[in-house]
Amino acid sequence: MSTPMSLRIDTGRDRPPQEITPDRPERGQRWVYVVLAAGLVVVCAPFVWMVLSSFKTEKEIYADPPTWFPETPGFDNFSILLDKLDIPQFLFNSVFVATVTTLGNLLFCSMLGYALAKIDYPGKKFIFGLVLSKLMIPGIALLVPTFVVVASLGLVDSYAGIILPGLAAPMGVFLMRQFIQGLPDDLIDAGRVDGAGEFRIFFRIILPLCRPALATLGLLTFLASWNSFLWPLVVAQSEDLYTLPVGVALYSLDHQNAEYGLLLAGASMLVLPIIAVFVYFQRHFVQGIATTGLK
Amino acid sequence: MTSTTLARTGEPATPPNSPKSRPAGGRVRATARTRRAWAGWTFSLPFLVLYAVFELVPVIASIAISFTDMRSTDLRDPLAVDPAGLDNYSRLLSDEVFWKAIGNTFYFTAVSVPLTLVLGLALAVALNSGIARFKTFFRVGYYLPVVSSIIAVAVVWNYLLKDDMGLINTALGWVGIDGPDWLNSTTWAIPALIGMAVWRHMGFAMVIFLAGLQGVPKEMYEAATLDGTTKWQAFRYITLPMLRPTMLFMVVISMIGNLQFFEEPFVMTQGEPLDSTTSIAYQIYEAFGTGQYGYAAAMSYVLFILIAGLTLIQFRLLREKP
Repeated sequence: MSTPMSLRIDTGRDRPPQEITPDRPERGQRWVYVVLAAGLVVVCAPFVWMVLSSFKTEKEIYADPPTWFPETPGFDNFSILLDKLDIPQFLFNSVFVATVTTLGNLLFCSMLGYALAKIDYPGKKFIFGLVLSKLMIPGIALLVPTFVVVASLGLVDSYAGIILPGLAAPMGVFLMRQFIQGLPDDLIDAGRVDGAGEFRIFFRIILPLCRPALATLGLLTFLASWNSFLWPLVVAQSEDLYTLPVGVALYSLDHQNAEYGLLLAGASMLVLPIIAVFVYFQRHFVQGIATTGLK
Repeated sequence: MTSTTLARTGEPATPPNSPKSRPAGGRVRATARTRRAWAGWTFSLPFLVLYAVFELVPVIASIAISFTDMRSTDLRDPLAVDPAGLDNYSRLLSDEVFWKAIGNTFYFTAVSVPLTLVLGLALAVALNSGIARFKTFFRVGYYLPVVSSIIAVAVVWNYLLKDDMGLINTALGWVGIDGPDWLNSTTWAIPALIGMAVWRHMGFAMVIFLAGLQGVPKEMYEAATLDGTTKWQAFRYITLPMLRPTMLFMVVISMIGNLQFFEEPFVMTQGEPLDSTTSIAYQIYEAFGTGQYGYAAAMSYVLFILIAGLTLIQFRLLREKP
C-alpha cells in the first residue's frame, strides 16, 4: 500500500506474454478482448440508448421495433423540461452542495487522518473506534433519528441541513489515515525539530504530499454527493433547495404518465456531467483505491 | 472548545501556558506530551463534533423514539411524546408486510451479493490477464453504472423492462423467449431489481478486486508457469487464496449495502406488486413518510441489529486465517 503510486500502473506492458509459449496466449488474449467488449456493450447500452433517445420525438421513443438513432434529432425534450423545471437552480444546488461537502471532507478527513496516523495522543484508539463504528452503522437505520435531530436544530429545508451530516465521512478518514501512514516520519520530525507547530506541519508539509489521496477522496466525495438522493429529498422541502436528482425524481414520480422524452432528457442531464467529471479524473480514482488499503 | 477537549483526554489538565507547568523539571517532555494531546484532539475535533451530533445522538435517539408513538406532528416538541412501551415492537411481530419485507431483503441479498462478486472478480481477472490495450477504456466503461445517479438509471431501466417493447424482452425475443412483464409480476419483479443492482454494483467490485490483484506478486505466477500449471490452476491455487482478504472485505461491504436495499424498489416499483418488492429499508421509509416515526425507528432498530449481527459474524470469519 505504501508503494509509490507511479509504480503500479501499466503492469502488462513491461512483461510481454510471449514469454510463455509463442502462440497460445495471443489467441487467449483475443478471446479476453472479445468477451470484455461484448460485456461492455451490454453494460453501456442503456446509457447510449438514454442519451440518443432524449433527442427523439415521443412517437419515435415508443416505436416498435425500438430504434437506436433518432430519425429527426431535436432539443425539444430539453427545452420543454427547462421550461417546466427550474433546472439552473437545481444544478446550482447540486454543484454547491457537492462542492461544500467535498471541501469539508477534504479538510476534516485529512485532519483526523493525520492525527490518527502521525500524532501520538491519548484517546486515539477510541476515536479510531468511533470512525470504524460509523462505517458500520447503516445509514437508513439512522434516517429517522437524524431527521429528528436536524429538525430540532431548525435545519430542515436549509443547505446546512443537507450538507452537515455528510461533512466528515468515515471512509474518507480511513483513506487519509492509510495514506498518511505511508508518508515518511522524517519529514514530520524535521519540522518538529525546527519548531514548527502541528498546524504548520499539517498545512505546509502533510497536505501538499497528500495531493494524490486528496484527488481520490475529492472525486469519490463529489460523485457520492452529486448522486445522493434520499437525504436531500427528505431535508429539502421547498423547490429552491432541490438538487438535480431530487428535482428530476420528484417530477418523474409526480408525473408517472409524463412524456417519456422529458424524463430521458432529465436523466441525461443528471448523468452526463458526472460521467465527464469521472472520465476526466478517473486516473486518480484507481490509483487511490489501491492506496486506501482496501485490498 | 479546546479546554474541554483537553479535560476529556484524562491528561493532567495543565494548559501549556499556565504558570504551574513552568517550574517542573521535566518541562520539555511534559510540554511535548501536552502539545501532542492538544494537537491530536484539535485535529479530531471537527469529526468528533459531527459524530456526536449526527451519529451518537441519533443512535441513542432511535432507541428512545422506538419506544414512543412519535409522529411527525411531534417534531415541534420532540421531548413531549407519549411513551408506547413495546407497542411498536409487538406491532412489528404481527405486521405481515414487515415479515415479507425481511424475506424479500434476504432473497435480494442472497442472490445479488454472489452475482455481483463473481462478475466483478471475473472482470478484474480478465483486465489483469495481461491484455495491454484498452485497459483504461474497459475499466472506465464498466464503472459508468456505478457513478450514475439511480434516478437516471431508473428512467432507463423502466423502459428496458417494459413488457412488450422493452429492449430486454425484445432481445429475449430474438432467441425465442417470451419475456415476462418484469415489474408487474410478483415472481419476476425482484429478479429484475436484482439484475439492475448487479449491473449497478459490479463495476465497484471490479475496481476493488483489481486493487487486490495488484498485491499478488507476479513471481508466483511465473514460478507456477515454470511448473507447468494451467491457467485455471493458477487462478484456483494462487489468485483466489491471495485475494482472500479482499474477498472477505467485499462480502462484508456488499452485504451491509444490500441489506439496506432501498433505492431500487423506491424508484422502480414502490414495493409493488403486492409488496413483492418491499424491503426492510423501504418499509422504514414508508413509515417515516407517513409520519409514524416511532414505528419507523423500531423497524430501523431491527434492521440495525440484523446488520450488526451479520457483520460481527463476518468479522469473526475475517480474522480467521486460512
